Amino acid sequence: MRLSNKSATLLVLAALIALTPIFFPSSFYYRVGSLIFINGLAVTGMVILIGYAGQISLGHAGFAGIGAYSCALMPVHWGIPVLLAAVLGAIISALLAFLVGRPILRLKGYYLGVATLGFGILVYMALTNEAWLTGGPDGTQVPDSGLRDAAKAIGINLKNSEFWYWFCGVVLMIGAWLALNLYVSPTGRALRALHGSEIAARTVGVDVARYKLQAFVISAVYASAAGSLVALQNQFVTPDIAGYMHSIEWVTMTVLGGAGSVLGAIFGAGILTLLPQVLTMFAEYEQLLLGLIMMLVMIFMRDGLLPSVLRLIRGKDE
Amino acid sequence: MTFRNLTTTAAAISAFAVPAMADINIGASLAETGPAAFLGDPEAKTLRMEVDKINAAGGINGEQINLIIYDDGGDANKARTFATRLVEDDEVVAVIGGTTTGPTMAMIPVFEDAEIPFISLAGAVEIVEPVNPWVFKTPHTDRMACEKIFADMVSQGFTKVGMISGSDGFGKSMQAQCKGVAEASGVEIVADEVYGPQDADMTPQLTNIKGSGAQAILNSGMGQGPAVVTRNHTQLAIDAPLYQSHGVASKQFIELAGTEAAEGVRLPAAALLVADQLPDGDAQKPVVQGYRDAYEAETGEDVSTFGGHAYDALYILKAAIEKAGSTEPAAIRDAIEQTAGFMGTAGEVNYSPEDHLGLTLDAFEMLEIKNGEWTIVE
Amino acid sequence: MSELLQFLFSGLTVGAVYALVALGFTIIYNASDVVNFAQGEFVMLGGMMTVFAYAAGLPLPLAALIAIVATAGVGVALNKLAIEPARGAPVVSLIIITIGASIFLRGVAQVLFGKQIHRFPSFSGDTPFRIGGATILPQSLWVIAGGLTVFVALYLFFTKTLTGKAVLATSNNRLAAQLVGINTNWVMTLSFALSAAIGALAGVLITPITNTSYDVGIALALKGFAAAMLGGMGNPKGALVGGLLLGVLEALTAGYLSSQYKDAAAFVIILLVLFIMPQGLFGIKQTERV
Repeated sequence: MRLSNKSATLLVLAALIALTPIFFPSSFYYRVGSLIFINGLAVTGMVILIGYAGQISLGHAGFAGIGAYSCALMPVHWGIPVLLAAVLGAIISALLAFLVGRPILRLKGYYLGVATLGFGILVYMALTNEAWLTGGPDGTQVPDSGLRDAAKAIGINLKNSEFWYWFCGVVLMIGAWLALNLYVSPTGRALRALHGSEIAARTVGVDVARYKLQAFVISAVYASAAGSLVALQNQFVTPDIAGYMHSIEWVTMTVLGGAGSVLGAIFGAGILTLLPQVLTMFAEYEQLLLGLIMMLVMIFMRDGLLPSVLRLIRGKDE
Repeated sequence: MTFRNLTTTAAAISAFAVPAMADINIGASLAETGPAAFLGDPEAKTLRMEVDKINAAGGINGEQINLIIYDDGGDANKARTFATRLVEDDEVVAVIGGTTTGPTMAMIPVFEDAEIPFISLAGAVEIVEPVNPWVFKTPHTDRMACEKIFADMVSQGFTKVGMISGSDGFGKSMQAQCKGVAEASGVEIVADEVYGPQDADMTPQLTNIKGSGAQAILNSGMGQGPAVVTRNHTQLAIDAPLYQSHGVASKQFIELAGTEAAEGVRLPAAALLVADQLPDGDAQKPVVQGYRDAYEAETGEDVSTFGGHAYDALYILKAAIEKAGSTEPAAIRDAIEQTAGFMGTAGEVNYSPEDHLGLTLDAFEMLEIKNGEWTIVE
Repeated sequence: MSELLQFLFSGLTVGAVYALVALGFTIIYNASDVVNFAQGEFVMLGGMMTVFAYAAGLPLPLAALIAIVATAGVGVALNKLAIEPARGAPVVSLIIITIGASIFLRGVAQVLFGKQIHRFPSFSGDTPFRIGGATILPQSLWVIAGGLTVFVALYLFFTKTLTGKAVLATSNNRLAAQLVGINTNWVMTLSFALSAAIGALAGVLITPITNTSYDVGIALALKGFAAAMLGGMGNPKGALVGGLLLGVLEALTAGYLSSQYKDAAAFVIILLVLFIMPQGLFGIKQTERV
């Protein structure tokens, strides 16, 4: 299996989403599944930014905050339907990414890291401080999206966690499909070129600034959509969703799974979402083990989990 | 390959998640780590200790308690996931927890949906106002703390108050409540400053408060921030006396702030911190002394009112299950709501269909630090 | 006037804390291009170990020394067990390793030390100095002096000693450094030991002011990282100036504008500085080889 292969990736993903529930002992696992898909969506955006374009961001949770709080605030303050609010949130995220992306993306490496970090913290602080609007650090309610009732009306009657499992699964499929299409498009090729070397790409006529900005804006929309999904599902949101630890978590998932491919990053999201649930049985050793596993994976599988695992399998086949 | 990996992992988890049958499954989601660990840690330790004690004494109605605690780190999204896990996977009959308000509010819809009684350990008023049939709480609200503090200030002739608040959920929530009740309490907020929970120095904020003509200063915050505020208050030699909130109600606060700086600081708290100073014959005295001694012997740490909230929640729940004579969540809920005359570490609790807090202002004592010890203000 | 002075004193106190953390980043970064996200945990370990050694009855200076040496040992172990085996991995993978290390060290501290907040007494008492109507605590002077000392020591180390130059050479080109006879493994080990020791020293100095607990490292690393980037990563001068500047900016914003948005103001300034000077205040422009 080639990791960049579009139809293979989508097929594997669809099979995983459709078939894993067979093994679920209780509907709690649907909840974990839906969280994996939401994180998967966000890291698919990170793959476009990190894996394709070779840029880093430590502030993408800021866009998730915008997506989530759009769903919470727009319906209450301006009477906008929740789903439309999610779309508007994505548009606002895109516009904001466009505006801050121009100056920020001139920076490189760690400097880009700290600038995006600062952006995320500014969003977080606005959400925390402007309590009259956002409810402050204790968070705020999100109105019911009515999606589950709509599904009921057409005869699909599911428990809450089950419904969100399937809904987030479908959204992830769409997100992955778009990202894979982008990979083989001229834009994708340009991005990969500038990932290799910006100067070389510029020399052969690639408009480096424009393509970097595109990747930044697209990944912001993915993060915003992920934030909206969290808000819609939980019907409650706190500023933590925009916290920098959340941003770093997404970067970690992407790199740990394998930043070079959509499937790898989603795999990383799956592992790091599942792990805390498994590690609860170790009680106070949970953090310690989580850190240890992260280190071991990166030491022994430096290109990321999925690429390394696949190489191992292929190595055995030969 | 990926597929097989995932499914074996899923199967592996499910194997760990089988609850023991015929026990009473009680769940908890607490901030054992994270910014609110200062609160969540004693809560979790208290629950473990007291459940062991109850089980050793034969359990409830002859059945053992199976306590399941998850650490949500104070994160609302994680708390929501653990709430689902407690309901769907662990099949609990009641839940204690939500160390702070955000996680509590995020979990409520899950328990409401599944019709599981839930006793929160968080402070904000909005948890029980409006009353949700399935949601109760044990700590005093931050609004009550504000009222108690302002009443004490007014009685001493202080009507101009400078506020300095932590920017975390606890601080911001209390800040808003205090501003809300200030006018009705007869005080005016003349300065309103904020600091980050991890900040190292609050002298700029206090300098501004000093210049604002405040006659008294109120610090709403928890954790280590109030200790820094207290030291800075002494450093700047501010004459206006300093009031802390119930968020620092543990002996440790005095150690962190330093005995010298903490001298004269006042705060509202439950009687737990001054157990020995209660008059003999006070119905609360044996309860708080018993819990304090047990906690300090078990953990080697100073007792705090936060662990006390968990103690109260557990014993309210125990009494309710005994009374209901059943482990049906709906029956337990009804019995919790009928709790009357329950003497806990926070005071006497009387729940009713209209009141899921059950505490009055009388349950709060005004304390002052003298010579490194809490004393009751007469 | 006395207000301004008080704000400046506050800013210098907080800024010196940031500077000390920022200085810890520079050595490992110079040797390996890796920003060590576990740097905040070194600070935490320094403070926590001192707390417990002091509580066990050791005199404070000895407790502090033990904490610094032990933390340096943790730094060496981190390099030997996690960074060295991953040699040749992309920098981003190494960063994830340091993030894993920070979670791991926090987890260990949580198990060993518990989750309570701790403090030990100030070195020279708590009687503030009064200057022009403003006050500053003796411990603040200790932190500022510590920051300046570490800065001078690092400056001399990188410019005057052969070892310091070897560190820089290793960073510039590992292979070339090896060819001219530099033992790059040893340079890496030394870098981690020194960075960890500086972090622990910071922990010892700041704990009487900031208090400490198992998870203080996250916030400290964030501000230290921001300060180091503001000044220009890898440059001790940048770390010192960046840290002090950040602290003073926060204090002035809290004093004159809004204490609510003081952290926001700091990051806005960082963004503005980087837009004008993409390598920070004192960073060196690096050229990309094609």
